[in-house]
Amino acid sequence: MKKEPIFSSKSLKLLTDPLGRTNPVTVLVLGICSALAVTAKLEPAVVMAISVTAVIAVSNVIMSALRNTIPNRIRIIVQLVVISLLVILVDQVLRAFAYAVSKQLSVFVGLIITNCIVMGRIEAFALSNKPLPALLDGIGNGLGYGAILVAVGFFRELLGSGTLWGYRVIPSCFYVANGGVYENNGLIILPPMALILLGIIIWIQRSRSKNLSGS
Amino acid sequence: MGDIVSIFIRSIFIDNMIFAYFLGMCSYIAVSKSVKISAGLGVAVVSMLLITVPVNYLLNKYVLSSGALAWISEDLGGVDLSFLSFIVFIAVIASIVQIVEMVVERFAPALYSSLGIFLPLIAVNCAILGGSLFMQERGYQTLGQAAAFGLGSGVGWLLAIVGIAAIREKLAYSNVPEPLRGLGITFIITGLMGIAFMGFMGVKL
Repeated sequence: MKKEPIFSSKSLKLLTDPLGRTNPVTVLVLGICSALAVTAKLEPAVVMAISVTAVIAVSNVIMSALRNTIPNRIRIIVQLVVISLLVILVDQVLRAFAYAVSKQLSVFVGLIITNCIVMGRIEAFALSNKPLPALLDGIGNGLGYGAILVAVGFFRELLGSGTLWGYRVIPSCFYVANGGVYENNGLIILPPMALILLGIIIWIQRSRSKNLSGS
Repeated sequence: MGDIVSIFIRSIFIDNMIFAYFLGMCSYIAVSKSVKISAGLGVAVVSMLLITVPVNYLLNKYVLSSGALAWISEDLGGVDLSFLSFIVFIAVIASIVQIVEMVVERFAPALYSSLGIFLPLIAVNCAILGGSLFMQERGYQTLGQAAAFGLGSGVGWLLAIVGIAAIREKLAYSNVPEPLRGLGITFIITGLMGIAFMGFMGVKL
């Protein structure tokens, strides 16, 4: 049997496809549940993206390794147990090393369990592939999800607070309070604007590549 | 009594599951193509939230939270099992969904045939797990408050999905730009509905 190099074009495709052509959020409409509530600032968005990527990648590998030993009928329960254990680990790590962010994310760390991307990738990919491709697929999808989160978080923090990652980007002397002409857009911090921004991202993506299916 | 009513109203309008926290978005987008079907899913979500939130409240109060096991014996007073709450909540939800599905199938076949396909979907609906996690985080004091919160969140979710389904039915006749059709416009309209719901934020309860 010919051994496949780790970074062959096929595995690279697994990694990069979810970033654009098969993006889990904007094309497959999965995992929006927790995607938007954490994007008012850039930092929680990035932490959330990393956590979800870790959970998808590891659960993909575990389920792919177990795929021949689990009876088909009980696979959903097994998946839920594996995913919840991983999410508990992520939650404990966040509480130990990034307590402030973990407070901001509040229940949304727990909601990674019901994030449709995690289960969707296990069902669609990990159960019929070897662990290594499953790992790459998991990382790719996590990054695709993260890219959308970071994009929305970037614009919401920049326009809403004039900062990025907590650092001031728009100089404070521009503000009306200090005699300037600029004012933060308070609306964009509110939850509904995340939906509208995501709608605009989908609009841009679909105008650029016509062949994406409209649901 | 007053606090229960205020929690109920709050969770419908101000802390709406969809517009304020984006929970249950996946099924909200996927199922909201016709009013009839989305009303069916909405009723299923309301009933599941009404059952699971109080059950998880009792588990949280008497088993999981810090020092909750003291009612068994004094020695267990220092045990904190709250790190297990994710896995316990999801297991409770999955098994209650299963039980409800079997009961409904046995005693109300007509309801089962109209609701049946949605019940398995609901086990992995973020709104259900989110309801239990918010209940834990906000620390509701009594069983009545937890039940009012579960019912109110469910009703809020039902309102949102029926509303967007009605708008999408009308939208079929509108001339939306090609790339925005379907998913994109649904998000933007949900955002606009959310801004309207923000108007309730000033209501003092």
